[in-house]
Amino acid sequence: MGFFARYRILLPVVSLAVLLAATFYMQPRAMSYFGINLLFNLAVPIALATIAQMMIIMVNDIDLSLGAFVSLVACITATFLNDSPMLGALILLALVLCYAALGAVIHALELPAIVVTLGMSFVWGGLALFILPSPGGSSPGWLRTLMTVKPPYIPMAVCASVIIAVVTHLLVIRSGLGTVLRGVGGNARSVQRAGWPVVRLKALAYGLAGLFGVFAGMALVGLTTSADANIALRYTLLSIAGVILGGGEFTGGKVSPVGAVIGALTLTLAASFLSFLRLSPDWQIGAQGAILILVLTARLLFTRRDAQA
Amino acid sequence: MTKTMMLLGAAGLAVAASGALADTSGKRIALSNNYAGNSWRQAMLQTFEEVGGKAVEEGVVGAADAYTTSENQATEQAAQIQNMILQGYDAIILNAASPTALNGAVEEACNAGVTVVSFDGIVTAPCAWRIAVDFKQMGKEQVEYLATRLPEGGNLLEIRGLAGVFVDDEIHAGIEEGVAENGQFKIVGSVHGDWAQDVAQKAVAGVLPSLPEVVGVVTQGGDGYGAAQAFKAAGRDTPLIVLGNRQDEMQWWADQRDANGYETLSLSIAPGVASLAFWVAQQILDGAEVPKDLTVPFLKVTQDTLDEALETTPEGSVANTVYSLDDAKGVISGAM
Repeated sequence: MGFFARYRILLPVVSLAVLLAATFYMQPRAMSYFGINLLFNLAVPIALATIAQMMIIMVNDIDLSLGAFVSLVACITATFLNDSPMLGALILLALVLCYAALGAVIHALELPAIVVTLGMSFVWGGLALFILPSPGGSSPGWLRTLMTVKPPYIPMAVCASVIIAVVTHLLVIRSGLGTVLRGVGGNARSVQRAGWPVVRLKALAYGLAGLFGVFAGMALVGLTTSADANIALRYTLLSIAGVILGGGEFTGGKVSPVGAVIGALTLTLAASFLSFLRLSPDWQIGAQGAILILVLTARLLFTRRDAQA
Repeated sequence: MTKTMMLLGAAGLAVAASGALADTSGKRIALSNNYAGNSWRQAMLQTFEEVGGKAVEEGVVGAADAYTTSENQATEQAAQIQNMILQGYDAIILNAASPTALNGAVEEACNAGVTVVSFDGIVTAPCAWRIAVDFKQMGKEQVEYLATRLPEGGNLLEIRGLAGVFVDDEIHAGIEEGVAENGQFKIVGSVHGDWAQDVAQKAVAGVLPSLPEVVGVVTQGGDGYGAAQAFKAAGRDTPLIVLGNRQDEMQWWADQRDANGYETLSLSIAPGVASLAFWVAQQILDGAEVPKDLTVPFLKVTQDTLDEALETTPEGSVANTVYSLDDAKGVISGAM
């Protein structure tokens, strides 16, 4: 096992550190409790969405409906969860179960996840428009308090990222169940032969994705204070990019929760960095893509060198 | 933009340079814009650059920088606003992607002592200022104009904007109100033209065969020329079409006027509202007392001002007004 394969996490960490150093150099004001929170607080929902996407990529599928799903959750959080918490919580629970059922259906009928989730994105989008036809709603007070809490010394955004990373690391990498789930992505047949019910495992992975999707939507509303049916459409692509940037691979089974969180932070920071550079918006999307390609190229080079060694 | 407007603008700048110099010369103002993909937004950005650049040159403010998000998404614009706080801007003027989804970021800005002035696409956060257009009045005024031209009334065709956008709802509500007050008119058809000539042309062409005689067309801007083309293609008489200040619409109007004496009215918001927001922000930084809700008048082009408007509007653009500091003061005192 080569150096890079063993320390898969190294590249995302280095990318983030380099970008952070460059940002602080450009904008010294950002180097403060207040500044770091402003830079990263909107990365918290993205990190949660990235973890959700990671759960799907882990079992060798991909979720194209995540952005629409997070938007729907945001709409429900800003309306039902705020007005009648019990009903809101029940709806959110039903959504998580929906996700689990989707996973089971995709496996049982051998449907391509990319098609099913693409279809579901329109269902989620339609529901979101139905619940909130024009932007509005408001964040439940406790959620707003949670997302704007000011813990001593370490900003909320950093605390939340660390907690998300540690919890999902324990869940996916350390726990026995997590190992089996990654096995489903790596080689579903052998997991099945070993006597595991793959349908249930897939449902579990999708259910976890739904759960983190719900957390992402709630965190987002806590930050923005209200919702909009299109609020999180970008999250689909951001979350996929975050997983890959964080060392995950499309082949299934090879994911890193800590890397995914760092990937989400890196993507958010890249956008801010480009804005500080005063780069014309016409170039910004391209530049964001270039950063992504740069990191992936670096990864490929390291992997190749390891393979030769 | 008329010559008098330009002179007024120049005079306003001169007053600003001498009067408010002491208080805001070190202040920095940023424009947060969510979209740059049509002629209106391009004209808006250009106006801001002209007015802001001149104000910086003359020492009225320290900086006036424009930022546009690349994907027209609220979350992206929220991050952009937070970055502006970090960059130490004193005021942010904002054309928002969503009236509500930016409130969290706007509150962060207010808490950091940054003045936030939203315009056109306004935000509902209580700490921000709003420069809104009375879109409802814009719809109503169209019907009122038709009533003066066609006292005997008749059937109207309504061309609406992009479904689900609040501007479309407002203009539509104004038109409904106008029709309710002027009973001689009846809306016999309604299509979505999405504020684009090609979409409007297709939509109108599709609905025309099923319509009785139409005497007037009420629009939302960017759709009048397409409607005219659809009527022409169907071999029908051109009804009275209310236009929306786009250059192609005004060109068509001038051609028709020269050919057969066609008369109509054109109205829309001037993209120069960005310059109004800029001066309002400057006034707030200067310590002036400014009400949180301001209304910007819309820009009308009439038969008399058509040639002038057409002359100053570049091809493919929109008729524009650049607001001066004095205009801003007028709007502020009007709202007190």
